[in-house]
Amino acid sequence: MTPVAARALRRLRHDRPALLGVAVLLAMIGAAALAPWLFQDPEAMDLTALFAPPSAEHWLGTDELGRDVLARLAHGGRVSLAVAGATAVLAAVFGTALGLLAGYHGGRLDALLMRLTDGVMALPLLPLLIVLAAVDPAKLGIPPESMGDEAFAIGRIVVIIAAVGWTTVARLVRAQTLSVKARDYVRAATAIGASPGRVMRRHILPNVASPIVVAVTLSVGNIVLVESALSFLGLGIRPPLASWGNMLTGAMTVVWSAPAQALWPGLAIFLTVLSANMVGDGLQRALDPRAGDAEF
Amino acid sequence: MIRHVTSRGLQSLAVLAVMSFVVYGLMGLMPGDPIDLMIASDPHLSATDALRLKALYGLDRPWTERYLAWLLQVLQGELGYSRLYARPVLDALLPALGNTALLMLTALALALTVAVPVGIVASLRPGSVFDHAVNLVAFASVSLPTFWLGLMLIVVFAVSLGWLPASGIEDVGGDGGLAERLRHMALPVATLALAGMGQYVRHMRAAMIGEAHHDYVRTARAKGCSPARIVLRHQFRNALIPVTTILALELGGLFSGALITETVFAWPGMGRLIFEAVMGNDFNLALSGLLLATAMTLLGSILADLAYAALDRRVSYR
Repeated sequence: MTPVAARALRRLRHDRPALLGVAVLLAMIGAAALAPWLFQDPEAMDLTALFAPPSAEHWLGTDELGRDVLARLAHGGRVSLAVAGATAVLAAVFGTALGLLAGYHGGRLDALLMRLTDGVMALPLLPLLIVLAAVDPAKLGIPPESMGDEAFAIGRIVVIIAAVGWTTVARLVRAQTLSVKARDYVRAATAIGASPGRVMRRHILPNVASPIVVAVTLSVGNIVLVESALSFLGLGIRPPLASWGNMLTGAMTVVWSAPAQALWPGLAIFLTVLSANMVGDGLQRALDPRAGDAEF
Repeated sequence: MIRHVTSRGLQSLAVLAVMSFVVYGLMGLMPGDPIDLMIASDPHLSATDALRLKALYGLDRPWTERYLAWLLQVLQGELGYSRLYARPVLDALLPALGNTALLMLTALALALTVAVPVGIVASLRPGSVFDHAVNLVAFASVSLPTFWLGLMLIVVFAVSLGWLPASGIEDVGGDGGLAERLRHMALPVATLALAGMGQYVRHMRAAMIGEAHHDYVRTARAKGCSPARIVLRHQFRNALIPVTTILALELGGLFSGALITETVFAWPGMGRLIFEAVMGNDFNLALSGLLLATAMTLLGSILADLAYAALDRRVSYR
């Protein structure tokens, strides 16, 4: 383990909010991953028990079609968390690649890529995401038979959010690359004939890892918010596949007759985002080279 | 300074042009096209009619060519006709813009009224119980999904207590008086203010703490300034620089940022207008709305630059 990572771990061990965040996230991921074995069938309807109150059989009650709310929450969590994780990684990979290219090569390529980044950052995100999400996959030449697929539904939303979510990482990586590039060991590596690819991988990337980790962790919360908002608006994950966002759409239509339905999916989103933000904040403090250990 | 603003302005125009091109292209990829919609609403149209209509509206030409024609019209101030609202696009956009401004500026004022003093007090003793509590609440506020917060407010204040209306801008058949308007504004404004407050508190607190270590604070203390005067006259004025910059950056986003809240509360503003136009295949309205929202956001970031330079004498854009 590198000294930086060891120091960060040592600091994180004393950071109670961050530890709490990690615990909540792990519990959420565990419940979501084991959902098919732990919980009931999320699509099984019991038309004799609509809006049933919490009971031994249905711990959080049932919804407007008599489906188990807890099972739908867990299965919705599978989708929401999978989207968040995949999007964060995809956006980070894309942003890192662009940032490295821009920072390392400089010149016109840098200017072009950074204008592109500035441009995307200046756009109103939510309306843009709505336009992207409203695009008809059939008109992109995607065969209709693959569209009902769970993997396709998740992949579609991952690509859409990642397409606008890479800018922060790209800027961070570029700035860090610019400063690392001028160091003597990088110039030495170049002088003894290391290829640009090797220099970027071996010498630059490890030095930009910390800010990337922080930015990616902090982005997870935002991605969960954006995905659930899109699903809530009917543009993200669509029923019958459950996601926390589209469970709230259902809850909104029955808000006058069964107001309690709106509580649980929103609480799940809130707790996930809050935990991810606390972990990201803790990581930021733990990886800050200027901070001392005494702070915690 | 003037050169800087001019170059930023030109850059923004370029972004706007690229954005209009991309969005125009994306619109063509949405389900349904205008002729299909016409056929669906009029069963007497035959296939030859459809072809004739396509030629009439120029839909048989490649989309790049159609984009240029559209752009030429927009540059002449001709935004077209909104199918959804059955009126010229501008007549649909302007009232929505006014409604959004009313909603957002009220919420912003409310959020700042709470956030600025709370942020200042929290910054006085970093690490105190009050500071920790404020931090926790601010964290909760930035982590809240606005649509859920809105729904919860509806559940409590409209469904359970029945105190406030859950949607719209005025009562059906009401007189549209001030009290009625205020009652309709209460829940969406509360939603936006609660969700926005957290980040303002965090920015205010961070900026105040950042200023506390500067030499001028020590000098003022050495000269015998009262603590209150140091905080309010010296620190606060400098802390306003980053906070104002962030606010100006958000000003542009304000006009489309309320999209979700407006949808939840059926508030007829810009965000909901864009959403409905996209969902309802109203191409003219969606395009103009999106470009207006983009222009506002770009304008906000130029204003942020200007505010920064105007407030901080150390900054000069050459």
